[in-house]
Amino acid sequence: MDWINAIVQGTLLGGLYALFAAGLSLIFGVMRLVNIAHGDLIVLAAYVCLTVAVMLGLHPLVALGLVMPIMAALGYVLQRVILNRTMGGDILPPLLVTFGLSVILQNSLLMAYSADPQKLQAGALETMSIEIGPLAVGTLPLIVFATAVLVIAALQWMFYHTALGRAFRATSDRQDIAQLMGLNRSHVFGLAMALALAVTAIAGVFLGIKTSFDPSIGGSRLIFGFEAVIIGGLGNLWGTLAGGVILGISQTIGAKFHPGFQILAGHLVFLAIIAVRPRGLFPRVD
Amino acid sequence: MNNDLHISRATRLSTWSMVALAVIVIIMAAAPSWAGRAELRLFGEFFLYLSLATLWNFLAGYAGLVSVGQHAYVGLGGYAFFALTMLGGMHPYAAMPVVVVAGMLASSVVALLVFRLRGAYFAIGTWVVAEVFRLSFAQVSSLGGGSGKSLSLDIVRSLADGRAAREAASYWLALAVMVLVLAVVFVYLRSRQGVALTAIRDNELAAKSLGINIWRSKFIVYVLSGGLTTLIGALIFLQKLRISPDAAFSVNDWTAFVIFIVVIGGIGTLEGPIVGTLVYFLLRETLADLGTIYLIALGVVAILIMLKAPSGVWGLIRGRAGRELFPLSRRVCGLPDKGA
Amino acid sequence: MPDVLLSVDGLDAGYDDFQALFGVSMEVHPGEVIAVIGANGAGKTTLMRSVSGLIKNTGPQIRWKGQDIGALRADQIAHLGVALVPEGRLLFQSLSVEENLIIGGRTGRKGPWNLRRIYELFPILEERRNVSSTSLSGGQQQMVAIGRALMSNPELMMMDEISLGLAPVIIKSIYAALPGIVGEGLSAVVVEQDIAKALQVSSRVYCLQEGRVSLQGASQGISRDEISRAYFGV
Repeated sequence: MDWINAIVQGTLLGGLYALFAAGLSLIFGVMRLVNIAHGDLIVLAAYVCLTVAVMLGLHPLVALGLVMPIMAALGYVLQRVILNRTMGGDILPPLLVTFGLSVILQNSLLMAYSADPQKLQAGALETMSIEIGPLAVGTLPLIVFATAVLVIAALQWMFYHTALGRAFRATSDRQDIAQLMGLNRSHVFGLAMALALAVTAIAGVFLGIKTSFDPSIGGSRLIFGFEAVIIGGLGNLWGTLAGGVILGISQTIGAKFHPGFQILAGHLVFLAIIAVRPRGLFPRVD
Repeated sequence: MNNDLHISRATRLSTWSMVALAVIVIIMAAAPSWAGRAELRLFGEFFLYLSLATLWNFLAGYAGLVSVGQHAYVGLGGYAFFALTMLGGMHPYAAMPVVVVAGMLASSVVALLVFRLRGAYFAIGTWVVAEVFRLSFAQVSSLGGGSGKSLSLDIVRSLADGRAAREAASYWLALAVMVLVLAVVFVYLRSRQGVALTAIRDNELAAKSLGINIWRSKFIVYVLSGGLTTLIGALIFLQKLRISPDAAFSVNDWTAFVIFIVVIGGIGTLEGPIVGTLVYFLLRETLADLGTIYLIALGVVAILIMLKAPSGVWGLIRGRAGRELFPLSRRVCGLPDKGA
Repeated sequence: MPDVLLSVDGLDAGYDDFQALFGVSMEVHPGEVIAVIGANGAGKTTLMRSVSGLIKNTGPQIRWKGQDIGALRADQIAHLGVALVPEGRLLFQSLSVEENLIIGGRTGRKGPWNLRRIYELFPILEERRNVSSTSLSGGQQQMVAIGRALMSNPELMMMDEISLGLAPVIIKSIYAALPGIVGEGLSAVVVEQDIAKALQVSSRVYCLQEGRVSLQGASQGISRDEISRAYFGV
């Protein structure tokens, strides 16, 4: 029973990881961009929510409605002003520039908010739970998981059934030729990043509600996100969800053996999977 | 008739540069006699960062292996050194070569895994490996677990007699490792292996069709870098006298800043990391008082260089003529001057 | 000047370290089909890419209806009514046949061409509309590429080597469709290695040789000798 509980908890945790990863999957899939600052952007979203919630006296999940457009706008500007100049075939320019952004973000947050851990207060939601059979399942983790499924379904629908999604896929296939169709490459990439950061806003707010955060935790969130994307396989959003769940379950089961083993277990499972399937489990794109 | 056409690697500039380098090394070797304690520490740090940058450039700029996880070996080196001396009872000097071997063994195993990955996957894979190292060492209680351990006084004292002598010993070790790293990379690049590497960097498919064994070339570079980075890690934590998982495996200190140094200086040349390390320490020493602003400035400079001058400061200095200080490229000599 | 749709005047163009075109001049009038011929590497594709904006130009060397378009982005030029069927088809792999066609209409320009008419022109495409564009034969892919360009309702269609890699019988059927395309006031530039075909469908021809215009004139009045000389530069 304990094991079933661990699996359920792991699955729900996977929802949070999938939210970390969804934005990353979008960016990596459309633009092949490795965004080292992604984790720090998740943390930034949590801080923005903190400030908005405190200033306007809002519940974090309500403040989210403001955080999303703020992060989306930030993403659009970031892409058009800086990141678009790094797009070429080489991995190094975007890697380096986003490393730079990561350092700038971490230290800016440090200056603005200090290193003290913060937390978003969601009230009763944090401790509520539901009885499902013999298990007590937290309400918040359930909401996070459900949100992850909704977000991925929405992104999936957007990708394959809207003009914007077509534009993303075409630009990702052949940047040059997409321009012949009247698509402004810079604008399309800007929109992709805006969308990704809007999703990242959701991830950041849930992160902030779930645990305490400080400017330095971005790196590990980035890794969890990338692990979920890579396990799932490039270009497959549902794969990213699966990747998140696999990671979550690996961690919770690892924790059952030994509490300090939780994160390590996730990494080891990740390495094992890519040792056998270097392109992930369900890759859709090369 | 051009009977005296010949291939030469040296130019006036590079010959004089090598002489100048030798002179500088000799002067720096004598530093314990003319420099103060704080300056010795600074120089030592400079040498170690230069070594890390040279190795990362070797890996990424020459072999095309963009690893974001070299900090795994820095931490490994630190922990291996602490373990060998404090738990294994080895003398610090004796532990050094063992540390190198440990690093080469570890990187061989890691290579078997991460070489299956390409591009971004490779980069993230190396970072995850570094995290695995960090989390694993955090579990080892005899090495201080999560909070870390200090180097015992006995070990420190066995370096040399007297504080000044110990500082000098530490310093000379750093200088020696820097010379070693530069020498190894230089010799490798001058060899046939080095030419093969450049060929791979320029066009992998063409290189393969010439019979160059891509996997083996990259493997050798990765293992050499790993082994030497591990040695550098040992020296870093010998200097710091204390190790903890977060400090040993800090991605910012031992990867991000190293990458900044290489890119600011100029990736893909031997001179670049030297210039980059100079810029890094210049920024650090002048802006140190401003705390986190210095780090933000570093990030901004790195981004600006990458966007505006992708071949780095050295790239700007060397110009289109391709001047080099280290005699690496071959050129044909004895051709009649072509006029304008 | 309503007389001249596209004018290229002394164009120097190329890539980073390499100049491919030297002082190329060309004109297209409304309703015309002109051919551009030349050996491999003569600069035909560079010319097409320059006009469509995929290669940046400086200076007033390319004019569309009198307006200097050299500095415009490719997507801006597409909105003006210049469409390119690129060499090698270059369809979007992640998109189905129909999606490739739909995205061709992204510019939103008004005109006679829509999905229904494209399917009338190339019925086989309607049968395979939801199939991935990569699983079509070469000839069918070429149809998609042409249809994709038509969907933008252009005033000028540039077709870069549409017969490349196709069987003669397929080439024939594609060129048979050309009058139906061009007839509606659409102008065209046809880049071809197949000289006979090029001369057959066009009213005027330009020959490029090592980046320069070596011959130009009415397609009907040129002898094979003249062409050989201009083509090979002897």
